[in-house]
Amino acid sequence: MIALDTLLSDEILWAPLLIILLKVVVVFVVGLLSTMLMVWFERKAIAGMQNRIGPNKTGPFGIMQTLADGIKLFFKEDLIPNRSDRFVFALAPFLSFVPAFLAFAIIPLGGDFRNGNGGEVTWFGHVTKVQLADPPIGVLFALAISSIAVYGIMLAGWSSGSKYPLIGSVRASAQMVSYEAALGLSLACVLLLAGTLSTSGIVAAQATITQWHVISTGIVPFIIFLIAATAELNRPPFDLVEAEQELVGGFNTEYSSIRFALFYLAEFMNTVTMSALIVTLFFGGPQPLAFGNFVFDIPLIPNALEGTLWLLAKVLVFLYVYIWFRATLPRLRYDQLMDLGWKVLIPGALGWFILLASQRMARQNEWNIILVTSISVVVMVGGYLLLQAAFTQSARQRETQGPMF
Amino acid sequence: MGYLGGFIVTLRQRGVKNRVTTQYSGGRVYRRNKKRAVKMDEKLEKPERLHGRHVLNRYEDGMEKCIGCELCAAVCPAKCIHVRGADNDPMKPTSPGERFGWIYEINYLRCIHCDLCVEACPTEAITETKLFEFSFTNRQDAIYTKSELLVDNSGKPQQLAWEDWREGEDLNTSGWMRATAASGDANFTGVVSWSGELGYGIRPAEDKSE
Repeated sequence: MIALDTLLSDEILWAPLLIILLKVVVVFVVGLLSTMLMVWFERKAIAGMQNRIGPNKTGPFGIMQTLADGIKLFFKEDLIPNRSDRFVFALAPFLSFVPAFLAFAIIPLGGDFRNGNGGEVTWFGHVTKVQLADPPIGVLFALAISSIAVYGIMLAGWSSGSKYPLIGSVRASAQMVSYEAALGLSLACVLLLAGTLSTSGIVAAQATITQWHVISTGIVPFIIFLIAATAELNRPPFDLVEAEQELVGGFNTEYSSIRFALFYLAEFMNTVTMSALIVTLFFGGPQPLAFGNFVFDIPLIPNALEGTLWLLAKVLVFLYVYIWFRATLPRLRYDQLMDLGWKVLIPGALGWFILLASQRMARQNEWNIILVTSISVVVMVGGYLLLQAAFTQSARQRETQGPMF
Repeated sequence: MGYLGGFIVTLRQRGVKNRVTTQYSGGRVYRRNKKRAVKMDEKLEKPERLHGRHVLNRYEDGMEKCIGCELCAAVCPAKCIHVRGADNDPMKPTSPGERFGWIYEINYLRCIHCDLCVEACPTEAITETKLFEFSFTNRQDAIYTKSELLVDNSGKPQQLAWEDWREGEDLNTSGWMRATAASGDANFTGVVSWSGELGYGIRPAEDKSE
């Protein structure tokens, strides 16, 4: 009730209540279905890149393979190790599973964003948006929720009472916390240009292809976001958390049956959500391809539905990119991972953010934009050189005095 | 290209022409559609020396080759062969000579298909086919008795209900011996000591010079 009408100023009507219930059900089902199809898609696509066929026995093209796996997992024995912390052990899969679905709630799943429409559609005489919730803090909600997912993994490893899960979860939390910084900083570039945190507002700000944030922020924040998101998802090449060769199965070694299925589901759900988030932030979400005044319009389909199709197409591209990453790149070593995060991505994202901010300031105050840009580039280069000096100095110190710890 | 070159490599690997997997055993799913079943159930040609299920051979006149000497049972590292010999009935002999294989059993839950029995056999009675796809639903079925191992009246291996025979797989049951024996080579100049088999006769030696 509070979610519908915060101040309870009007009477609560049935229609909005039903619409919200419908949206909740649709988002949940779409989430589950997309996860199911994503697992199948990943297995099929990666099989193609490895000269294999992939699952092709269950259903047409093996599309029911995930369902078969799920049923198998359901009927397996649910083991809880003796030395585990039973309550936390049972809680951890849900801490990982629930945020994966919650983050999906703020993605605009369609709607008509053309001609400054703001993505609003009319259902049963009520104006609403094709997303479960559009909170004013939008993107921050996604970041906050993805941080909660760290707890799921951390607690799973800790409560297992076994060493490999613990190592896996310590790695996971270190990795996710350090890449969250790069993720947030590259996100800040987008927010700077969009001027809003609400996801539908961000989508509305990307009407034409030149306004897509991937281009308007320069391609750098997008690349940093993509790499940091891969690390945040614990997907290859950043899957140190579940490095089979070193840690058996990583944080979920001791999990079996439906609890393991929840982790598995959360992992793929997060991939889908993150792809949708990338599309929303950088590629205009449900916006159609548009150059200036020319818009690629699919005939016969209403604009609101067309948005969903565009979103689907764009998300599919990114899901494929993630699979492509997995098929191509070997896993990073732990120190390489940390080096990439702290020495390349975070300074890079910070520098680019300062560059964009200074340009924006210059444009607002009508300063000489070339002068401001060149000054900020000089400052960035200076900062980069200082950073490099610090790196070489610390490397030298490590060689002479041994590691600090 | 550095790091990015790898992305092209993986993308190029896609497609049917690079695929190494065949549609093995798809026929079991698509049994109802016979045309599709053939397409979905292709198998690779097996190597000449593949070690599969055993057969007990006969001479060209229909006599059993096995003389019940138990050398195969003695040499078997997995101890999966059980043989007992018996004296031939002089009026109606089962094999040429004094004795014949009365009981002959191979337990396929133990057999490791090492082919030592084939090497040990003095009369080339036991050889191996290329069939390796036979599965059982109980332990009793895993023990092949003499009546199942022995070739039929035309000299071909018996095709039992649970075995997945394909065309051509019952040929060249002595393929491994033929491939390794000196007398199996067409360039061999000595006396070919290969005994004839029912159904095949004395097979000509193959040219192995290449």
